[in-house]
Amino acid sequence: MTTTAASDRRSNMTLAQRAWHIRRKALRMGEVQGQGYIGQALGIADVLAVAYFHSLRYRPDDPEWEERDRFLLSIGHYAIALYAALIEAGVLPEDELETYGTDDSRLPMSGMAAYTPGMEITGGSLGHGLGIAVGMGLGLKRKGSKAFVFNLLSDGELGEGSTWEAAMSAGHHKLDNLIALVDFNNQQADGPSTATLCSEPLGAKWEAFGWHVQRVDGNDIEAVRAAFDAAKDLAEPRPRVIVFDTTMCKGVPFLEQREITHFVRVEPQEWQQALDVLDRSKPE
Amino acid sequence: MSGTATPPKKRLTTSAMIASLAEAGQETRPAPFGHALVRVAESRTDIVGLSADLAKYTDLHVFAKAYPDRFYQMGMAEQLLMSAAAGMAREGFTPVATTYAVFASRRAYDFICMAIAEEKLNVKIACALPGLTTGYGPSHQATEDLAIMRAMPNLVVIDPCDALDVEQATEAMTAYCGPVYMRLLRGQVPLVLDRYDYRFELGKAKLLKGGKDVLVIASGFMTMRALAAAEQLEADGIGMAVLHSPTIKPLDEATILAEAGRGGRLVVTAENHSITGGLGEAIAGVLMRAGVHPSAFRQIALPDAFLDAGALPTLHDRYGISTEAVARRIREWL
Repeated sequence: MTTTAASDRRSNMTLAQRAWHIRRKALRMGEVQGQGYIGQALGIADVLAVAYFHSLRYRPDDPEWEERDRFLLSIGHYAIALYAALIEAGVLPEDELETYGTDDSRLPMSGMAAYTPGMEITGGSLGHGLGIAVGMGLGLKRKGSKAFVFNLLSDGELGEGSTWEAAMSAGHHKLDNLIALVDFNNQQADGPSTATLCSEPLGAKWEAFGWHVQRVDGNDIEAVRAAFDAAKDLAEPRPRVIVFDTTMCKGVPFLEQREITHFVRVEPQEWQQALDVLDRSKPE
Repeated sequence: MSGTATPPKKRLTTSAMIASLAEAGQETRPAPFGHALVRVAESRTDIVGLSADLAKYTDLHVFAKAYPDRFYQMGMAEQLLMSAAAGMAREGFTPVATTYAVFASRRAYDFICMAIAEEKLNVKIACALPGLTTGYGPSHQATEDLAIMRAMPNLVVIDPCDALDVEQATEAMTAYCGPVYMRLLRGQVPLVLDRYDYRFELGKAKLLKGGKDVLVIASGFMTMRALAAAEQLEADGIGMAVLHSPTIKPLDEATILAEAGRGGRLVVTAENHSITGGLGEAIAGVLMRAGVHPSAFRQIALPDAFLDAGALPTLHDRYGISTEAVARRIREWL
């Protein structure tokens, strides 16, 4: 069995470099399809880099290792981002990147547990992840496991009432092994999340449900790392949430400026342009 | 006032939430599901119970009392109930989640579908007040739950008849690995099938009695009503066979086809469910696909409507699922 603790995997590559690789892999997958949820993948890459190369305990060659930290993706359309992270982490082979969203691929457009090693749940129908995380948190405690359950949600997903049922339950059960990660990119299918169904003041809401709350710039790797550490190290018997303010399409400025970034229309010639822009900003 | 005595006011029949299906003098057993689950859980430490603020009304309180540390109160949150059950199943436990059938089938459908059934997780969903078993009106009457749940891939659907059936179905569903939806009869549940050399087997229909003129294929407590109606009809020389099909999905097609294919008999389906999408239409589909054509095919079921509030005996008679109504209609059809 290979590495277990994430700290061992940092090797000689920085988290910023990992995030850069995740972005590049996501762009390449998007190019395969000619479209995709690139904005989310570019925006959340820093959080995923910290998750998979600093915080999570897992074994790349044994995705169902009993003692692993569980990472639940309730937002199925972010699969492209998680695939990129799982490929970078060595859970999925690099060559499968070419199959993203194609027939009979293990990497369907929306994340499904039965298809992909490392994909813990079937998301896509939003509002499922946190409730499942509550059940897994209760189950892990029942087994005496020290593993954490992470759940990556999005700000738009917070419109789903089931998320708040789960939030209330996690607070009630004092699930200190549960860490919710909210990607606040203020963009959903019909426009800005705050203009669609505003979840602000978001920190106060989680706080009121009994959670320990942090809110950080999700594209500031050091801030993200500190928040992950604080969430894991907290001694209080409470569930933890980190709200990450992120920028859609982060790292590719001409895409960041698009008005509609929930599902980015990228012209054929723009993929190379995007890769070139990214390549020029490769971290040292 | 004219001085004539006011006649004594007739006491009105009322609806009651805890309405029993038992008829006067009928033998019953208390909380068969709760007690059976406790017995099963004795040797199965993987079994945990979850409820959404209805443990007392789904007989899960018996389990909660026996195994307090294995009982999880999830509050009045059915979407969470199903999601959390999925999460616990993912961690290797066998969650038994209980609520009312309306809340599971209507409110939590997507959560059962995507978090449990699509993943074939080992979750058991036991739901009280199926069909017309409460007089509280459409908010509590799950008259379409079989149609809804039957349409869900991977989900086994069970509709037991009496206390014995509930006990044995509880054993069988916990022995089976995969998602199951069971319609639950709770409280003082009639005991009938002990007189028929019956044993519940998942996916099997059982012929409880033979008869030359009519075959009734029934599920749930309508099997009990069919058996009682058969006694009345037999007093008139009408031979009525009763085939009990407690597993709605997967249906025991072989037994149903064999019995319905024995020519010359009127075939009647009887269910405590809307005429739309339940046992009757499922069996009609089986017969049509196999090219089996009984001399006549009829359905006893609830109407495709939101039903009245009222007392159960009144409503069962009004909607044609009382013993008398069953016997009367079969006489008319013969």
